[in-house]
Amino acid sequence: MFRHAAKNLLLRRPVPTTSAAGAAAARAPSRTFSADAPAAQTADAGFVEAWKKVVPNIDPPKTPLSFMEPRPATPASIPSKLTVNFVLPYASELSKKEVDMVIVPATTGELGVLPGHVATIAELKPGVMSVHDGNEVTKYFVSSGFAFVHANSFADIIAVEAVPLDRIDASLVQKGLAEFTQKVNSASTDLEKAEAQIGVDVHSALNSALTG
Amino acid sequence: MAMAALRREGRRFAPSSPPPLLDASALLIEHHVPFGARSISTQVVRNRMKSVKNIQKITKAMKMVAASKLRAIQIRAENSRGLWQPFIALLGDTPSIDVKKNVIVTVSSDKGLCGGINSTSVRLSKGLHKLNSGPDKEPKYVVVGEKAKVQLIRDSRKHIHLTISELTKIPLNYTQVSVLADDIIKNVEFDALKIVFNKFHSVVSFIPTVSTVLSPEVVEREVESGSGKLGELDSYEIEGGSTRGETLQNLAEFQFSCVMFNAVLENACSEMGARMSAMDSSSRNAGEVLDRLTLTYNRTRQAAITTELTEIISGASALEG
Repeated sequence: MFRHAAKNLLLRRPVPTTSAAGAAAARAPSRTFSADAPAAQTADAGFVEAWKKVVPNIDPPKTPLSFMEPRPATPASIPSKLTVNFVLPYASELSKKEVDMVIVPATTGELGVLPGHVATIAELKPGVMSVHDGNEVTKYFVSSGFAFVHANSFADIIAVEAVPLDRIDASLVQKGLAEFTQKVNSASTDLEKAEAQIGVDVHSALNSALTG
Repeated sequence: MAMAALRREGRRFAPSSPPPLLDASALLIEHHVPFGARSISTQVVRNRMKSVKNIQKITKAMKMVAASKLRAIQIRAENSRGLWQPFIALLGDTPSIDVKKNVIVTVSSDKGLCGGINSTSVRLSKGLHKLNSGPDKEPKYVVVGEKAKVQLIRDSRKHIHLTISELTKIPLNYTQVSVLADDIIKNVEFDALKIVFNKFHSVVSFIPTVSTVLSPEVVEREVESGSGKLGELDSYEIEGGSTRGETLQNLAEFQFSCVMFNAVLENACSEMGARMSAMDSSSRNAGEVLDRLTLTYNRTRQAAITTELTEIISGASALEG
């Protein structure tokens, strides 16, 4: 009888959700991530205020800003290195890597990004992205995505798919190119034509990446 | 004396597991024994012990399964965490933005027995709905997962625009989620999408989170007003021939698919973690019930033996004296 009582006293049941939310709110003061950008903080604080007024019984949900490290402000002089974040849906390929230059395949052509580049938003087309750090160059073939260059010499490249060039099989590329060219010619509806055209674009970009 | 012991047992059990055990001991007394027979049957308790033991085995197995699934999906969720950060770095996070057409995307699980995470998501969604309700703006729901659908349909049926289920039937991948995001964008008119999910923090802690994705028109409006993070968007050059509006359109769609992908992965992780916790508590509870039932069983058995012995001895002493 006393054995069971002791077990009940010592039992620490893992409690999910409601008190986890409470615990998270209690832990919030130690998370100083949102303390940097004042505008974002007021937006967050505004949200929490509005929430508390309407729904006082439930803890307000967290927003992604509180899970992110704040970015540094734009420095006065141009920094020597560019900080690159290259993310894919299944991995963060490069995270806060300091490099000299990146060349991204934007829709209008190759865009070279150096430290101090003006803030830009560029949509990417299938092509080769290269990262230059000193003497070493790493090349990836990216399928598509976006590249953001911020004023503080941070570059974010988000791609849907990226592979290092040495992993591409040339014969499969040729086969795919032939297949999609044939599909373009035999396409009946606009949608089919567009899809086949995308296939042709990607495969010809792959081709030129391998040869060029 | 045996009866008194049983009654005491029954009372001690009452606060934690009320009727069943009391019924068991009551059944023991009222059990239909043939006239003249004196034994108290332990069959009832034995049956209950067997079923509780089976429950314990099942919940332990479910915990193991959830643990292995969690291991697999946790790696993928953590790898996808970098995906939404560039968007927040560019566009900022404005959860309290005032727009007309809010759409609340609630991410939940299809299967149950996963603790309270789905209820939390639903409560948050309802809270957001209340927060954003106004004279001419009614938020709509897009529900992912059966569990939230069941809960939301009870009182907000007319606000539910779209439901999606069986998302986790095949292993989650980006293509599937981007097609889903595309479908949602095509079918729902929105100014702001609020995605409610449980972010996986650790096996025992899940943080309810809401991510906001704004439509290109709203972003354009905020850029022009020049306030906050979005006001700085004007300083960004748009590479290429497309206008800012077109680029923002593509950007919004891409952002939504990336945020959805991360949300669905994190929610799946939270579901597995919550199921592990729930099944673990359940096995532990079953173990405790089993302990108490064993005690009852032993006392009943000993009481029967004592009664037999008492009868024999009193019979023998009656013969002697």
